[in-house]
Amino acid sequence: MTMALYDFIPRRGNMKIWLPVLGALVVFPFFVRNEYILNTAVFAGIYVILASSLNITNGYTGLFSFGHAAFYGIGAYTAAILATRFGFPFLLTLPLAGIVAGICGAAIALPTLRLRGIFLALVTIGFQQITFLVIMNWIGLTRGPMGIPGIPPVSIFGFALKSNFEYYYLILFLDVVVIFLIARIVDSRVGRTFVAIREDELAAQSISINTFRTKVLSFVLATFFAGLAGAFFAHHARFVSADSFRLEETFLILTMLIVGGMGSILGPVIGAVFLVILPEVFRFLAEYRGVVYGLIMIAAILFRPEGIAGVPGIIPTRGILSRPEKLATMEEPVP
Amino acid sequence: MRSRLLLILGQLINGLTQGSIYALIAIGFVIIFGTMNLVTFAHGEVYMIGAFMGYFALSVWHLPWYVALAMGMGVAWILGFFIEKIAFRPLRAAGHMPPLLITIGLSIILKDLAVVFFGAENRPVPSIYGETIKIAGFQLSLLQLLIIGIAGVLIIVLRILIQGTKIGRAMRATAQDHEAAYAMGVNINRVFSISFCLASCLGGAAGVMVGIYYNAVYPVMGDTAGLKGFAACIFGGLTSIPGAILGGMIIGIVENLTVQFIASGYRDIVAFIVLVIVLVIRPQGILGKTIRAV
Repeated sequence: MTMALYDFIPRRGNMKIWLPVLGALVVFPFFVRNEYILNTAVFAGIYVILASSLNITNGYTGLFSFGHAAFYGIGAYTAAILATRFGFPFLLTLPLAGIVAGICGAAIALPTLRLRGIFLALVTIGFQQITFLVIMNWIGLTRGPMGIPGIPPVSIFGFALKSNFEYYYLILFLDVVVIFLIARIVDSRVGRTFVAIREDELAAQSISINTFRTKVLSFVLATFFAGLAGAFFAHHARFVSADSFRLEETFLILTMLIVGGMGSILGPVIGAVFLVILPEVFRFLAEYRGVVYGLIMIAAILFRPEGIAGVPGIIPTRGILSRPEKLATMEEPVP
Repeated sequence: MRSRLLLILGQLINGLTQGSIYALIAIGFVIIFGTMNLVTFAHGEVYMIGAFMGYFALSVWHLPWYVALAMGMGVAWILGFFIEKIAFRPLRAAGHMPPLLITIGLSIILKDLAVVFFGAENRPVPSIYGETIKIAGFQLSLLQLLIIGIAGVLIIVLRILIQGTKIGRAMRATAQDHEAAYAMGVNINRVFSISFCLASCLGGAAGVMVGIYYNAVYPVMGDTAGLKGFAACIFGGLTSIPGAILGGMIIGIVENLTVQFIASGYRDIVAFIVLVIVLVIRPQGILGKTIRAV
C-alpha cells in the first residue's frame, strides 16, 4: 500500500512508521550532549508549533494570514509579564498566553474574516505591524525597546529546567501534544468543514456550513497555538523583545509552511525542521540567510507549490501562462 | 493662539510633503493592481534601491539632484522589469496569492542583499535647498516645495501618458478586460511589463526624494514605506489614482498631527490603523468603485 506523504496522520494503523521516529527523537539528546545543537533542536521544536498552527488557517482553511508572529509575540509577552510581575508559574502562563493570543485572534478575525483572500492578508500584515509598534511604544506594559529580561525558567512541580537537554524534552512533549491535537481537529467534522471552505466556500455554504463561524474558529485555534509557542519561547530565552516578532518572523514561518507543504500534518513539521537546520549547516552563508530563504520560497512556489509534503493545489498554479488566452481564470467568487 | 496655528500649518506642510511621497508609492500599487489585478510586496524594496541609487549619485558621485532623481528612476525601472518577469509572468493567471508570495520572497532577498552590499547602518545624504522662505510670518522650506512640485509634475506626466499616448490607451484597455484587449491586438505582456516598470519608476523617484528629505537611506526603509503606500492606495480601493493621492496626503498629514499631539513613537501606526479601518468598513475604498473580483 502506498500512501502520499500528505495523507500521513499519526494513527494506530501506522504506528510502525511514527513510533520509531518518535523513539529516535527521544534518545537523540543522549548521543548529542552538545548544548548548541540541542538549542537548535529546541528552536526547531518552537517553529514546529508555529508552522503547524499557521497551517490550520493557511493550509486547511485556505485563509491567508500574514500576522502569525504577532500572535507568537502576544503569547510571549503575556507569559513574560505574568511571570515577572505576578510570579505566575509556567503551567499557568502557558495556557494563559494561548488564551490571550486566541482572544486577540478572535478580535482581529471577527471584523476581518468577511473579507476574502488578498484583503485578509493585508489586514493581518497591518495587524502585525500595529502589534510590533505597540510593543515598542507601550513602555509602561512592555518596557518598549528594552524588552523584558529576567523571566524565570520553566519550573514544573518544583523541578526547575536548567539545560537545553531538559528543555528539549519539554518542547518535544509540547510538539507531540500540539501535533496530536491538530491532527485530531483536522480529522474531525470541524476539520472537514475547514477543508470544505478552502476547496469551495460557496459549496460549503450551500451544505449549511456556517462559513464565517468556522473561519473564526480556525483563526482562533491557530493563534491559540502560536500563543503557546510564545510562552515557551519566553521562558526558554528568559528575555523577550519586540525584535523577535517582526514581519520577517511571520515570513520565516510562512516560508517554512510553504516549503514543507500546506494542508498536511507532516508538511509544516518538515519545513520547520528543515529551515532551522539549514542555516546551521551552511554557516558560511550566514550573511545571505535572507537570500537563501527567499530563493527557497520562490523556487518552491514556481516549481513545487505543494512543498515537500503538502496537499497539491492549495497554492493554485492552474493556468501557468505560456499563452495569454488562458487569462480567463482570473475571476474569483465574491462572497 | 497664532503660534499654535502656525505650528499646525507647519505640520500640514510636512504632512503634504510626506503625503506626496506616499502618494507616488501608492500610485505604483494602483497601476499594478489596475492593469494586472495583482499585488506586489516588493514595491518597498524597489523604493529602497531607488533611494540607494540617489545616495550614490548625490553623496558619492556628487551629481546634481535631477540627475540623481533620473538615475534612481532608471534603476527602479530596470528592477521592475525583472520583478515582473520573475514574480508575475509565470503565475499571473493563478490568482493573487502565488505572485504575492513570490514578491515576498524577492523582498526578503533584496533587503538581505542591500544589507550585505550597502551595510545595515544609515547612509547620509547631503541636504539641498536648505533655505526657507517666509510667507506671512510662516517658514516654508524650498526643499518641501521642490518635493511636492516633483511629485506633482510626475503625476501630471503620468496622466498625460495614460490618457494621451498609444501605450496609455493599451494600458486602459487591458485594465478593463485582459481578454478583450488581447483580442483587439494589444500585446498585453508588453503592457504588463511597461505598467510594472512605470510603477517601479515612481517608487524609485519616491525613494530618491525621501533620501534627500530625511538625509538618510538604509536597507529596511522600504518596509514601512511600502506598507504605508499600500495603505494609501487602499483609499482608492486599489484602482483609483486620485484615491491613492488623497490617501497618501491624508496619511501624511495625520501622521504629522500624531507626532504633534500624541507621541512620535505612534507615528507609524497611523497608516496601519487607516489600512485596517478602511478595509473593514469599506474594502472597495473610499473613492473606489466596486471591484470585479478580489
